[in-house]
Amino acid sequence: MNELSQNDLSKSEQPVAALGEIPAFGPGDQVRILTRSPIGHYRVPSYLRGQRATVLSVVRPRAIDNEEEGYGKNAGWKGYYYRIAVPMASIWSSYNGSSSDRLQIDIFETWLAGE
Amino acid sequence: MAHSEHHHHSHSEISNTSAPSYFDVMEAAVQELLIEKGLIKPGEIRRQIEVLDSRTPALGAKVVARAWIDPEFRQRLLENGRAACEELDISFYDDTQLVVLENTPRVHNLVVCTLCSCYPRPVLGLPPDWYKLKPYRARAVYEPRAVLAEFGTHVPDDVEVRVSDSTAMVRYLVLPMRPESTEHLNEEQLAALVTRDSMIGVVPALNSDGGV
Repeated sequence: MNELSQNDLSKSEQPVAALGEIPAFGPGDQVRILTRSPIGHYRVPSYLRGQRATVLSVVRPRAIDNEEEGYGKNAGWKGYYYRIAVPMASIWSSYNGSSSDRLQIDIFETWLAGE
Repeated sequence: MAHSEHHHHSHSEISNTSAPSYFDVMEAAVQELLIEKGLIKPGEIRRQIEVLDSRTPALGAKVVARAWIDPEFRQRLLENGRAACEELDISFYDDTQLVVLENTPRVHNLVVCTLCSCYPRPVLGLPPDWYKLKPYRARAVYEPRAVLAEFGTHVPDDVEVRVSDSTAMVRYLVLPMRPESTEHLNEEQLAALVTRDSMIGVVPALNSDGGV
Protein backbone atom coordinates (compact mmCIF):
# COMPACT_ATOMS: atom_id res chain seq x y z
CA MET A 1 0.00 0.00 0.00
CA ASN A 2 1.54 3.31 -0.96
CA GLU A 3 1.61 6.41 1.21
CA LEU A 4 -1.15 8.16 -0.67
CA SER A 5 -3.73 5.42 -0.22
CA GLN A 6 -2.85 5.11 3.49
CA ASN A 7 -3.68 8.77 3.91
CA ASP A 8 -6.92 8.27 2.06
CA LEU A 9 -7.79 5.41 4.35
CA SER A 10 -7.15 7.32 7.58
CA LYS A 11 -9.12 10.25 6.24
CA SER A 12 -12.11 8.11 5.45
CA GLU A 13 -12.25 6.92 9.08
CA GLN A 14 -12.91 10.46 10.25
CA PRO A 15 -16.46 11.75 9.84
CA VAL A 16 -16.44 14.95 7.84
CA ALA A 17 -18.29 17.87 9.37
CA ALA A 18 -20.74 19.74 7.19
CA LEU A 19 -20.03 23.35 6.33
CA GLY A 20 -21.08 25.48 9.25
CA GLU A 21 -21.24 22.53 11.62
CA ILE A 22 -18.03 23.46 13.40
CA PRO A 23 -18.24 26.76 15.30
CA ALA A 24 -16.13 29.50 13.77
CA PHE A 25 -15.10 30.81 17.20
CA GLY A 26 -14.34 29.27 20.55
CA PRO A 27 -13.97 30.44 24.14
CA GLY A 28 -11.27 33.09 24.50
CA ASP A 29 -11.34 34.19 20.85
CA GLN A 30 -11.34 37.90 20.17
CA VAL A 31 -14.16 39.03 17.88
CA ARG A 32 -15.66 42.24 16.62
CA ILE A 33 -19.38 42.96 16.40
CA LEU A 34 -20.00 44.30 12.93
CA THR A 35 -21.23 47.80 12.36
CA ARG A 36 -24.29 47.68 10.20
CA SER A 37 -27.39 49.80 10.26
CA PRO A 38 -30.08 47.72 8.62
CA ILE A 39 -33.70 48.71 8.92
CA GLY A 40 -36.21 46.32 10.45
CA HIS A 41 -36.15 43.56 13.03
CA TYR A 42 -32.51 43.34 14.12
CA ARG A 43 -31.38 41.70 17.33
CA VAL A 44 -28.01 43.33 17.89
CA PRO A 45 -28.49 46.39 20.05
CA SER A 46 -26.98 49.49 18.45
CA TYR A 47 -24.95 50.32 21.59
CA LEU A 48 -22.81 47.25 20.91
CA ARG A 49 -22.22 47.55 17.19
CA GLY A 50 -18.53 47.89 16.38
CA GLN A 51 -17.43 46.68 19.83
CA ARG A 52 -14.55 44.29 20.37
CA ALA A 53 -15.48 41.32 22.51
CA THR A 54 -14.22 38.05 23.94
CA VAL A 55 -16.07 34.82 23.24
CA LEU A 56 -17.23 33.19 26.49
CA SER A 57 -18.95 30.15 25.00
CA VAL A 58 -20.66 28.72 21.97
CA VAL A 59 -24.44 28.59 22.43
CA ARG A 60 -25.72 25.12 21.64
CA PRO A 61 -27.65 23.78 19.92
CA ARG A 62 -27.40 25.72 16.66
CA ALA A 63 -30.41 27.90 16.04
CA ILE A 64 -32.08 29.64 13.18
CA ASP A 65 -31.25 33.31 12.70
CA ASN A 66 -34.05 35.03 14.56
CA GLU A 67 -33.62 38.14 12.44
CA GLU A 68 -34.51 36.10 9.35
CA GLU A 69 -37.18 34.26 11.26
CA GLY A 70 -38.79 37.61 12.04
CA TYR A 71 -39.63 37.83 8.35
CA GLY A 72 -40.63 34.19 8.01
CA LYS A 73 -37.48 33.44 6.00
CA ASN A 74 -34.72 30.91 6.18
CA ALA A 75 -36.35 28.70 8.77
CA GLY A 76 -34.33 25.65 7.67
CA TRP A 77 -30.82 27.03 8.03
CA LYS A 78 -29.13 27.02 11.43
CA GLY A 79 -26.04 28.68 12.77
CA TYR A 80 -24.31 29.46 16.02
CA TYR A 81 -24.90 32.13 18.57
CA TYR A 82 -21.87 33.04 20.65
CA ARG A 83 -22.01 34.31 24.20
CA ILE A 84 -19.56 37.17 24.30
CA ALA A 85 -18.32 39.63 26.90
CA VAL A 86 -17.53 43.30 26.38
CA PRO A 87 -15.93 45.43 29.13
CA MET A 88 -18.38 48.12 30.28
CA ALA A 89 -15.54 50.64 30.16
CA SER A 90 -15.09 50.09 26.41
CA ILE A 91 -18.79 50.59 25.69
CA TRP A 92 -19.23 53.70 27.83
CA SER A 93 -16.34 56.15 28.01
CA SER A 94 -17.63 57.61 31.27
CA TYR A 95 -18.59 54.29 32.85
CA ASN A 96 -18.91 54.55 36.60
CA GLY A 97 -17.94 51.23 38.14
CA SER A 98 -15.22 48.63 38.34
CA SER A 99 -12.91 48.11 35.37
CA SER A 100 -13.82 44.41 35.45
CA ASP A 101 -17.57 45.04 35.06
CA ARG A 102 -18.80 43.59 31.82
CA LEU A 103 -21.72 43.15 29.50
CA GLN A 104 -22.64 39.67 28.27
CA ILE A 105 -24.80 38.97 25.25
CA ASP A 106 -25.53 36.27 22.68
CA ILE A 107 -24.76 37.34 19.12
CA PHE A 108 -25.53 35.39 15.95
CA GLU A 109 -22.57 34.44 13.76
CA THR A 110 -23.61 36.72 10.90
CA TRP A 111 -22.80 39.72 13.13
CA LEU A 112 -19.32 38.65 14.21
CA ALA A 113 -15.89 38.88 12.60
CA GLY A 114 -12.63 37.41 13.86
CA GLU A 115 -9.92 39.76 15.07
CA MET B 1 -66.88 39.36 59.28
CA ALA B 2 -70.65 39.20 58.73
CA HIS B 3 -71.62 38.75 55.17
CA SER B 4 -73.83 41.84 55.16
CA GLU B 5 -70.87 44.09 55.98
CA HIS B 6 -69.56 43.61 52.47
CA HIS B 7 -72.44 45.66 51.21
CA HIS B 8 -71.72 48.69 53.39
CA HIS B 9 -68.91 49.66 51.03
CA SER B 10 -70.09 51.19 47.85
CA HIS B 11 -67.80 50.61 44.96
CA SER B 12 -68.16 51.09 41.27
CA GLU B 13 -69.13 48.21 39.09
CA ILE B 14 -66.18 46.40 37.54
CA SER B 15 -66.69 47.14 33.90
CA ASN B 16 -64.90 48.37 30.85
CA THR B 17 -66.82 51.29 29.47
CA SER B 18 -64.18 52.80 27.20
CA ALA B 19 -63.94 51.92 23.52
CA PRO B 20 -61.40 49.22 22.65
CA SER B 21 -57.98 50.60 21.77
CA TYR B 22 -56.29 50.27 18.40
CA PHE B 23 -54.29 47.28 19.65
CA ASP B 24 -57.35 45.63 21.24
CA VAL B 25 -59.08 45.76 17.89
CA MET B 26 -56.00 44.53 16.04
CA GLU B 27 -55.50 41.64 18.46
CA ALA B 28 -59.13 40.56 18.11
CA ALA B 29 -58.96 40.85 14.32
CA VAL B 30 -55.75 38.83 14.03
CA GLN B 31 -57.11 36.20 16.41
CA GLU B 32 -60.33 35.87 14.41
CA LEU B 33 -58.44 35.65 11.14
CA LEU B 34 -56.09 32.94 12.45
CA ILE B 35 -59.05 30.92 13.67
CA GLU B 36 -61.01 31.48 10.46
CA LYS B 37 -58.03 30.31 8.37
CA GLY B 38 -57.76 27.21 10.54
CA LEU B 39 -54.22 28.01 11.74
CA ILE B 40 -55.15 27.88 15.42
CA LYS B 41 -58.16 26.82 17.43
CA PRO B 42 -59.82 29.09 20.00
CA GLY B 43 -58.95 26.60 22.75
CA GLU B 44 -55.23 26.89 22.00
CA ILE B 45 -55.10 30.54 22.99
CA ARG B 46 -57.02 29.88 26.18
CA ARG B 47 -54.73 26.96 26.98
CA GLN B 48 -51.58 29.02 26.44
CA ILE B 49 -52.94 31.71 28.76
CA GLU B 50 -53.42 28.97 31.35
CA VAL B 51 -49.83 27.84 30.79
CA LEU B 52 -48.52 31.37 31.35
CA ASP B 53 -50.75 31.93 34.37
CA SER B 54 -49.39 28.75 35.96
CA ARG B 55 -45.81 30.09 35.88
CA THR B 56 -44.82 32.12 38.92
CA PRO B 57 -41.57 32.98 40.75
CA ALA B 58 -42.37 30.10 43.14
CA LEU B 59 -41.03 27.75 40.45
CA GLY B 60 -37.73 29.61 40.19
CA ALA B 61 -37.50 29.72 44.00
CA LYS B 62 -37.87 25.95 44.12
CA VAL B 63 -35.01 25.59 41.63
CA VAL B 64 -32.75 27.92 43.62
CA ALA B 65 -33.51 26.25 46.95
CA ARG B 66 -32.72 22.85 45.46
CA ALA B 67 -29.43 24.19 44.10
CA TRP B 68 -28.53 25.51 47.57
CA ILE B 69 -29.03 22.14 49.27
CA ASP B 70 -27.94 19.76 46.52
CA PRO B 71 -24.45 20.45 45.06
CA GLU B 72 -24.88 17.91 42.28
CA PHE B 73 -28.16 19.47 41.18
CA ARG B 74 -26.49 22.89 41.34
CA GLN B 75 -23.76 21.61 39.01
CA ARG B 76 -26.30 20.26 36.53
CA LEU B 77 -28.27 23.50 36.76
CA LEU B 78 -25.20 25.56 35.89
CA GLU B 79 -24.33 23.23 33.02
CA ASN B 80 -27.82 23.10 31.48
CA GLY B 81 -30.48 25.22 33.16
CA ARG B 82 -33.34 23.94 31.10
CA ALA B 83 -32.59 20.25 31.65
CA ALA B 84 -32.18 20.77 35.40
CA CYS B 85 -35.54 22.60 35.63
CA GLU B 86 -37.16 19.80 33.68
CA GLU B 87 -35.90 17.40 36.37
CA LEU B 88 -38.19 19.30 38.74
CA ASP B 89 -41.09 18.95 36.28
CA ILE B 90 -40.86 22.55 35.15
CA SER B 91 -41.52 22.23 31.43
CA PHE B 92 -40.30 24.62 28.76
CA TYR B 93 -43.11 25.27 26.34
CA ASP B 94 -40.92 27.15 23.86
CA ASP B 95 -37.54 26.77 22.15
CA THR B 96 -35.61 28.83 24.67
CA GLN B 97 -32.62 27.57 26.60
CA LEU B 98 -31.98 28.64 30.17
CA VAL B 99 -28.60 29.80 31.41
CA VAL B 100 -28.27 30.08 35.17
CA LEU B 101 -25.88 32.80 36.32
CA GLU B 102 -24.36 32.13 39.71
CA ASN B 103 -23.74 35.01 42.07
CA THR B 104 -20.63 34.59 44.18
CA PRO B 105 -18.70 36.79 46.63
CA ARG B 106 -16.75 38.01 43.56
CA VAL B 107 -19.46 38.27 40.88
CA HIS B 108 -22.89 39.88 40.84
CA ASN B 109 -25.18 39.14 37.88
CA LEU B 110 -28.01 41.28 36.56
CA VAL B 111 -30.44 40.41 33.76
CA VAL B 112 -32.05 42.79 31.29
CA CYS B 113 -33.47 42.76 27.77
CA THR B 114 -32.64 46.06 26.10
CA LEU B 115 -34.51 45.27 22.88
CA CYS B 116 -37.79 44.06 24.34
CA SER B 117 -38.72 42.04 27.42
CA CYS B 118 -37.10 38.59 27.07
CA TYR B 119 -37.52 36.93 30.45
CA PRO B 120 -37.33 33.36 31.79
CA ARG B 121 -41.12 33.03 31.74
CA PRO B 122 -41.23 29.23 32.07
CA VAL B 123 -39.66 29.53 35.55
CA LEU B 124 -40.69 33.04 36.67
CA GLY B 125 -43.95 33.83 34.89
CA LEU B 126 -44.61 37.33 33.63
CA PRO B 127 -41.96 40.02 34.21
CA PRO B 128 -42.64 42.98 36.49
CA ASP B 129 -43.67 46.17 34.71
CA TRP B 130 -40.42 47.97 35.51
CA TYR B 131 -38.47 45.23 33.73
CA LYS B 132 -40.27 46.11 30.49
CA LEU B 133 -39.97 49.88 30.76
CA LYS B 134 -37.26 51.86 29.03
CA PRO B 135 -35.61 53.41 32.09
CA TYR B 136 -34.61 50.00 33.45
CA ARG B 137 -33.73 48.58 30.05
CA ALA B 138 -31.49 51.52 29.15
CA ARG B 139 -29.91 52.12 32.53
CA ALA B 140 -29.20 48.49 33.43
CA VAL B 141 -26.55 48.33 30.71
CA TYR B 142 -25.31 51.90 31.11
CA GLU B 143 -25.12 52.37 34.88
CA PRO B 144 -25.94 49.01 36.47
CA ARG B 145 -24.43 49.95 39.84
CA ALA B 146 -26.63 53.02 40.11
CA VAL B 147 -29.69 50.95 39.20
CA LEU B 148 -28.74 48.32 41.78
CA ALA B 149 -28.25 51.02 44.42
CA GLU B 150 -31.79 52.25 43.77
CA PHE B 151 -32.99 48.74 44.59
CA GLY B 152 -30.96 48.98 47.80
CA THR B 153 -28.19 46.73 46.50
CA HIS B 154 -24.75 48.23 46.99
CA VAL B 155 -22.17 46.15 45.15
CA PRO B 156 -18.62 46.67 46.48
CA ASP B 157 -16.00 47.85 43.95
CA ASP B 158 -14.07 44.59 44.19
CA VAL B 159 -17.14 42.61 43.06
CA GLU B 160 -17.52 42.31 39.32
CA VAL B 161 -20.90 43.31 37.90
CA ARG B 162 -21.97 41.22 34.91
CA VAL B 163 -25.00 42.41 32.99
CA SER B 164 -26.58 39.86 30.68
CA ASP B 165 -28.59 41.41 27.85
CA SER B 166 -31.01 38.74 26.60
CA THR B 167 -31.76 39.15 22.94
CA ALA B 168 -31.72 35.69 21.40
CA MET B 169 -32.94 32.19 22.17
CA VAL B 170 -31.38 32.04 25.62
CA ARG B 171 -33.05 33.23 28.81
CA TYR B 172 -31.21 33.98 32.03
CA LEU B 173 -31.94 33.24 35.66
CA VAL B 174 -29.74 34.50 38.48
CA LEU B 175 -28.82 32.00 41.19
CA PRO B 176 -28.53 34.27 44.24
CA MET B 177 -26.09 33.47 47.03
CA ARG B 178 -27.50 31.44 49.90
CA PRO B 179 -27.94 33.81 52.86
CA GLU B 180 -25.82 33.24 55.95
CA SER B 181 -27.20 31.39 58.98
CA THR B 182 -29.67 29.34 56.97
CA GLU B 183 -28.17 25.92 57.75
CA HIS B 184 -31.19 25.04 59.94
CA LEU B 185 -33.77 25.76 57.23
CA ASN B 186 -35.36 23.06 55.11
CA GLU B 187 -35.83 23.29 51.35
CA GLU B 188 -39.28 24.82 51.57
CA GLN B 189 -38.15 27.44 54.10
CA LEU B 190 -35.16 28.28 51.89
CA ALA B 191 -37.42 28.71 48.85
CA ALA B 192 -39.41 31.32 50.79
CA LEU B 193 -36.25 33.48 50.90
CA VAL B 194 -35.92 33.54 47.11
CA THR B 195 -37.81 36.46 45.63
CA ARG B 196 -38.53 37.18 41.99
CA ASP B 197 -36.24 40.22 42.08
CA SER B 198 -33.37 38.17 43.50
CA MET B 199 -33.58 35.91 40.44
CA ILE B 200 -33.43 38.93 38.11
CA GLY B 201 -30.38 40.02 40.09
CA VAL B 202 -31.51 43.39 41.42
CA VAL B 203 -31.49 42.29 45.07
CA PRO B 204 -29.97 39.43 47.11
CA ALA B 205 -32.10 36.67 48.60
CA LEU B 206 -33.87 37.49 51.86
CA ASN B 207 -32.14 36.88 55.19
CA SER B 208 -33.02 33.87 57.30
CA ASP B 209 -35.55 35.95 59.23
CA GLY B 210 -37.24 36.93 55.97
CA GLY B 211 -35.79 40.47 55.98
CA VAL B 212 -33.55 42.16 53.45
